[in-house]
This record gives sequence, structure tokens and C-alpha cells, in this order.
Amino acid sequence: MADHLDALENQSIFILREAYKKFKNLAMLWSIGKDSTVMLWLARKAFFGSVPLPLVHIDTSYKIPQMIEYRDQKAKEWGLNLVVGQNKKALDEGMNHEMGRIVCCEALKTNGLTAVMEDKNYTGLILGIRRDEEGTRAKERYFSPRDKNFEWNFKDQPPELWDQFKTTFAEGTHIRIHPLLHWTELNVWEYIEREKIPIIDLYFDKGEGKRYRSLGCAPCTGSIESTATTVPEIIEELRNVTTSERSGRAQDQEDTYAMQKLRAKGYM
Amino acid sequence: MKQNGGGPSQELMRLVIVGHVDHGKSTLVGRLLSDTGSLPEGKLQFTKDICDRQGKVFEFAFLLDALEEEQDQGITIDTSQIFFHTDKRHYVIIDAPGHKEFLKNMVTGAASAEGALLLIDAYEGVQEQSRRHGYILKLLGLTQVAVVVNKMDLVDYDPEVFYKIKTEYTEFLTSMGIEPRMFIPVAAKVGENIATPSEKMKWHEGPTVLEMLDQFEKQKPKDHLPFRLPVQDVYKFDERRIIAGRVESGTLNIGDEVVFSPSLKRARVKTIEAWSVPEQPKIATATQSVGITLDEQIFVERGEVASLSEEGPIVSTTFDVNVFWMGSRHFEKGREYTIKLTTEEVECEIVEFKKVIDASTLEPLEGQDYLVKNDVAEVTLRTKRPIAFDLFGTIPETGRFVIVDEYDVCGGGIVTTYSASTDKDKLRDEVRNRDFNWVKSNISSSERAYRNGHQAALVLFVGESGVGKAKLAKSLEEKIFKDNFQSYLLDGRNVRLGVGADLEEEKSREGEPLRRFGEVARLFLDAGHILISTTNVFNQEDHSDIELIIDPCPLIEIHIGDKAPSGDFDGMSLTLSDAKNEKEAVNKIYSYLKEKKILTGHNYSI
Repeated sequence: MADHLDALENQSIFILREAYKKFKNLAMLWSIGKDSTVMLWLARKAFFGSVPLPLVHIDTSYKIPQMIEYRDQKAKEWGLNLVVGQNKKALDEGMNHEMGRIVCCEALKTNGLTAVMEDKNYTGLILGIRRDEEGTRAKERYFSPRDKNFEWNFKDQPPELWDQFKTTFAEGTHIRIHPLLHWTELNVWEYIEREKIPIIDLYFDKGEGKRYRSLGCAPCTGSIESTATTVPEIIEELRNVTTSERSGRAQDQEDTYAMQKLRAKGYM
Repeated sequence: MKQNGGGPSQELMRLVIVGHVDHGKSTLVGRLLSDTGSLPEGKLQFTKDICDRQGKVFEFAFLLDALEEEQDQGITIDTSQIFFHTDKRHYVIIDAPGHKEFLKNMVTGAASAEGALLLIDAYEGVQEQSRRHGYILKLLGLTQVAVVVNKMDLVDYDPEVFYKIKTEYTEFLTSMGIEPRMFIPVAAKVGENIATPSEKMKWHEGPTVLEMLDQFEKQKPKDHLPFRLPVQDVYKFDERRIIAGRVESGTLNIGDEVVFSPSLKRARVKTIEAWSVPEQPKIATATQSVGITLDEQIFVERGEVASLSEEGPIVSTTFDVNVFWMGSRHFEKGREYTIKLTTEEVECEIVEFKKVIDASTLEPLEGQDYLVKNDVAEVTLRTKRPIAFDLFGTIPETGRFVIVDEYDVCGGGIVTTYSASTDKDKLRDEVRNRDFNWVKSNISSSERAYRNGHQAALVLFVGESGVGKAKLAKSLEEKIFKDNFQSYLLDGRNVRLGVGADLEEEKSREGEPLRRFGEVARLFLDAGHILISTTNVFNQEDHSDIELIIDPCPLIEIHIGDKAPSGDFDGMSLTLSDAKNEKEAVNKIYSYLKEKKILTGHNYSI
């Protein structure tokens, strides 16, 4: 009898395989966080140990240093084709969060991503976003088209039924694929526990009574008070929390519609 | 938000909430979240603050409307998914828009749901979308439906209003074969009969909305149905050749013989592959995304459906469907569409409209031979090449499809009936029936091919009479034979003399000689021979019938003469301008057979 994690896993594997079959020049976005690391794990399941896709990491240069260390170590260990993207021009011009968090996110993350996609000629991107993260993500599709400017027309999204996805496009369309869309934060941790996925240790308390619940750039990502040092402890903690996962992410709180505005323009 | 507070069960049920625009779907969802304590801390206050800032009165619906446009217009545009739980289990609610313009979003939400709440405004009564949504739910195969009569506060909680709606809508639902589980009178805005029984509607003896949801049943896995594994992809990342796909129904064990449709290729399951699991699986069951390896290296591709050898799917080009249309361009005859069914994608067209229905009234639109956005129709479809499917009533997962118009998914539907309507369909049914009942030898075709040094194949000479086909065929048979291969010349005349001796003139006009020739050829091919024929008596159309009969063995056409091969035969073929230099012609054919890996040589593993 299949349990709920099996059901989530089977669905995600199906989506990953559809993506791989249907699109050429596809890349997977790896933020080093728990979600995209779980997604990477699912890709290895889907392709029986291989990862036949490049993994793109957008390095804003403001990432927490351990993230880069973990990234490079795992890329080597798992034999990944890692592609690192960075908006050097904006960084040279001194872009940082003090110029406005949304402005900064757009320049370093969205535009950094756009540049690497153009450079590598990727026409599709696999991302580990989930519907339960925040409101605009709740309205995403598994296969979500973006126009040539990477913009998301959330008012006119393709219907998606019976796992028949939109896989044919006019020239110039980009596709975003979201294999974890139906997972919750708790599901992700339960799966990490079941599969024993080696997740970055920033998620755990190291005796200071705090840990990260969501990972991003150092200046805009706050830790939460927590003494959870293991995955089961995090699971136990999550069963009883009443704050949202992204409450430590400053850009979300910048404006009522911050996420919608960012995401309509191609933010992850 | 307590993400997993509640009961011990991890069970998750997917629900959709549908109904006419403004009948209160988002309000109901907001209320469910709030009343089950499923809102994140501060979310209620955050939303209330926004309302204050924008000078609006707070509504529960605003808790869900994340998109700026939605709040501005006060209507849900897209489906959104919200998680909550009761003591019994977890739920994902899909809040689907009720505006006619957003039907495709409603369909997106409803297609994956296991249960539905259909909302009707007590004050406005049954409206256009109440009926349309009811019909679409039925088409999507979602029959676990409870009807929630909302805004009872606006009609002073009057039971008469409720019962009137109940009678009217029950009649509508039963006319489509839906038996509603329950009608519940509620006032979502003030929370009557949502989580707690209403003091104001004591006359309602049934459950509250939450109690109703907990009574919905989980969909059972389709393990008991015939096994279906549509091929999603074939991987060769390492030494393994893995056929990947999702088990849509039934179960598969290592060692089972599987047959792929439409090709009718068969092999045994050697392994069920999996990465990073405690132990390699021995069985694959419905809903699992799996990978299998086979004991023979047969060539199968995406779109084929694996079944067990006793219970295959239907294969045809023509079948009857119910379709709902979401495209802005009409669905009409004479245009080419793409049908996506399981992992198969093929061009299709409309043969005829049997009935076009206005989905808001269920009235048939007489004489209309096109389908407009938001309406439904009963249609006969024809695909460009045969595809494997089941009737929706037998196996839903392999009996439903979407229709793509240019780049967009514009329609969805289910296969309702199939009966062989053309001679080709009848022949295909006969061939498949013969094949599924065939008594199999212990020796597999790849073992024969290994021993023989060649695959079984039918080489058919085609061309004007007098170009020397017969002579060439005999030379080819001889050359192949002398190289220690199994070749045999099967002339149509020889079949007619013996096997067809009982055929009368009349019968011989109905394709019976062709069928007999094909079946005799099939026996030789099953024995592993390279069969050579010069027969002139069949036309090009017939060749595709022969191909069908001998499938999956290849038919190779050798054209002699300048005339280009006609018809849409897309198998292997070789054209020789003449057969004057017999030796040279035979050598060319011989090389062609090697090139196409028909002749592989002895002790050569294919």
C-alpha cells in the first residue's frame, strides 16, 4: 500500500520524465536549498541514478558561504553538470539589497537567470517551487509558459488536466516546469528523512538556538529560533509551527504584492 | 498554521469547489481555513490590514486571492490550492473560478480532484455555471459531489428556498447520472453549517460541510484492473535499456510476459529498476512511476501501451468520444488537431458530430456541426495512425485525452464507445484477437533470430508485370538460402491453389484471399523465415493490410521500375530501376537487408 510520500514521489518523477522527453535544452535550477536538493534527488530516481540535465545555480555573491561549499562538494560527489550564473555587470555597478530588496532580487536573481539562459540557450527550466509557499505560487501550473521576455501571464494559463501538459509552443516561448508543486514544506522534510538525503546543515541548530528555515542571500534571510538539530526534530517542530515558511525572507514583506510583481517578471 | 496537527492519518484528499461566479466559493474556502485553524499566524490580520488600507470591507475570500487583479475584480481568476486538515485527514482544496471565461482553470482544478463541493447561491438559485460545472464534473469522471446551498442568511434561513433548489438541481444531476451525496444549507460568510451545526437551521438533519468532507471516500488504486503501462521514454544512460512509464492500472511482476500495443511486440519482464531503494522491487502497481527491463531487445517507443498478454487495450483509428471545448477557435470538421492520450500524440480529425450540447442547459443544439468554447459534444474522431486506448468506463486513465489546437490544449474528453466501423478496424480487431490468444512456443523470436542469423521478414516484390520480379525473387531466395539462412518463396498463386481452394468467386472479392495469404505468411514468419513473395494480385492498399496481419514482423517492399512507390506505405522499401542485371539487383537487395539489420549473420546477437 503506497503512502503519501510514494504518491508525491511518483507524480514528481512522472513530471520530470515528461520534461526530459519533451524539451531539448532544459536545465534544472538548484538553489542549494532543501526543495531543489530534493528535486535533484527525485531526478536521480527518475533517471535511475543519472542526472542527464545541467544544474544551474544563480550566485548573487551574497549567498551564505556554506552554500557554495556544499554546492561544489555535492556537484563533485554526484557527478553533476553544474552551471553557475551571475549578473556581474549589476554587481560591478554595486547592486545590493540597500538599493531596494525587490530591485536587488530582480537584478541579481531574475536577470542573472535570464542571462545564463540566453547564454546557454536553455528554453526550459525545472524549478522546485511549491504551491504552499505563497499565494502566487499556489496558482502555478506544472508546465508554465513564459514569453520571450520571461514574463508570466498568470491571467491566461494553459489548462492542465490528467497529466497532459502543454508541451508545444510558439517560437520564443520559454517553459518552466515545477515537479514539486504539489508538495508541502512538511512533505519535503518527511521525504528527506525517509530517503536520508544529505541536506545542507544550515537548516540545523548548532547550539546557538537558531537555524534557517528557508535559504537565500545572507542580508535578506533571517534565521528562526529553534533548537532542532536533526531532521526528525525539524519535522516535529513543523507540525506545531504557526508562522509561514518564508517569514524569514525579507523581500516577501516589502510590498503587499511583492511576490506577484517579482514572479510576473520571471523571478523563481 | 499547524501543518500536521490533527489526527494520525497522513491521508490527503483533493477537493474542488465549483459553482457559478459570486456564489461564494472563495468565501467558503476562507471560512474552512479559518474554522479549522489552518491559517498561518498573522495571515488574517495581514489581510484585514490590506482591506483597511484599500478601503474595503474584509471578506474571507481575500485570504485566498493572492493576485492583485483578483482582489481588484473581486473574482477568482485562477485555481489556487489551499491545504487544511480535519481530525480525520488532510485536504487540498482547489478553489476554482466560477466565471464562464475561466472554465479552463476550473477544469484544471477539477481534473485532479477526488471529491467536489458544488456551490449554489440560495438567493440566485441554479444558474448557468451551476449546470455547466455539474456536467463537466461528470465528464471528468468526478461523481463524488456534495451540493452546498450558500448564502442562506440572505433568505432568512428559509427551508422552502433550500428544498426548491434541491429538487431542481437533483433533477438536473440525475439526468446526467450523478447522484449527489448530500445537499447542505450553509451561510459561509457567517459560518453556519461549515464546521459546526447551525443553530439557525435545525431543520437540516444532514452533516455540516466538514463532516461531509470527512465522509468522502478515497480513490482506490486501480490494482485490480487490467495492467496498463504507457511507455513514457526509453533510457540508455548505462548498460541497461530501461523502459520508463507510469503504471496506470493493474500490477506487473518480474517474469510476466508483456505485449506492447499497437505494435504487438512482446517480451518478458527481466527486472523492475529503481535507484536508492532498500531492495529492488519485484512488483509494480498502479500509480507507480517505474522502469522495466526486458529479456529481449525489442524496439518500443513512447506512446505504446504495455499490457499483459491476456488482456490488451483496444487499438483503432476511429472511436466515439465526449468532448468539452475550451478553445477560442471553434472545434470543427476539416481541421487537423492533435490528440494526446496516455503518452501517445497523434493527429486527428472529426468524422462526425453526433450531438452538440449547450452545457449550461443540456439542450442539444440541432444541426450545429461545430463546437464553441465552453460547450460539449458527442463526436466520432479519427486518428492518423492507430492508437491504443480503453473505454473510459473500463479504465479511466487510458480512456481520457486532451485535444491540442495548434499549440494549445483546447479540449478534453473521454472515450465512450468503440465498434469496428471500417474493414481495416475489423481486420485489426481480428488480428489482435488472434495474437492475444496465440499459443506461444517456448522459443522466443529473438532466440530464433539468433540461431538463424536473421530476423523474420516478408520481402515483397512490386512493379509492373514483365519487369522480371518472379525471376529476381527466386534468385534472392537462392542466394539467401546458400548463405545458410532460412528463406522461402511464397507465391500468392500457391496459397490460392491449396489454402484458398474452397474460395468462391464472390468471396474472393471481399479480401479473403488477402487475409489467407497474410495468415500463411504470418505462420512462416512466426517460424522465423525470410519470406519472399512476388505477388502482383494485391494493390498498395492491400499491402498495408498484409503489414497489419504480419505485425510486428517487418514488410519490405522492393520496387522494380521507375515508377515511384505509391500510397502511404511508410515501412522499409527499396527501389531498383530495373532487374536486367539480375546478379547486381540481388546483391543490392541483399546489402539492403544487411543494412536494415534483417540479415545479421550467424552467432550475432541482435
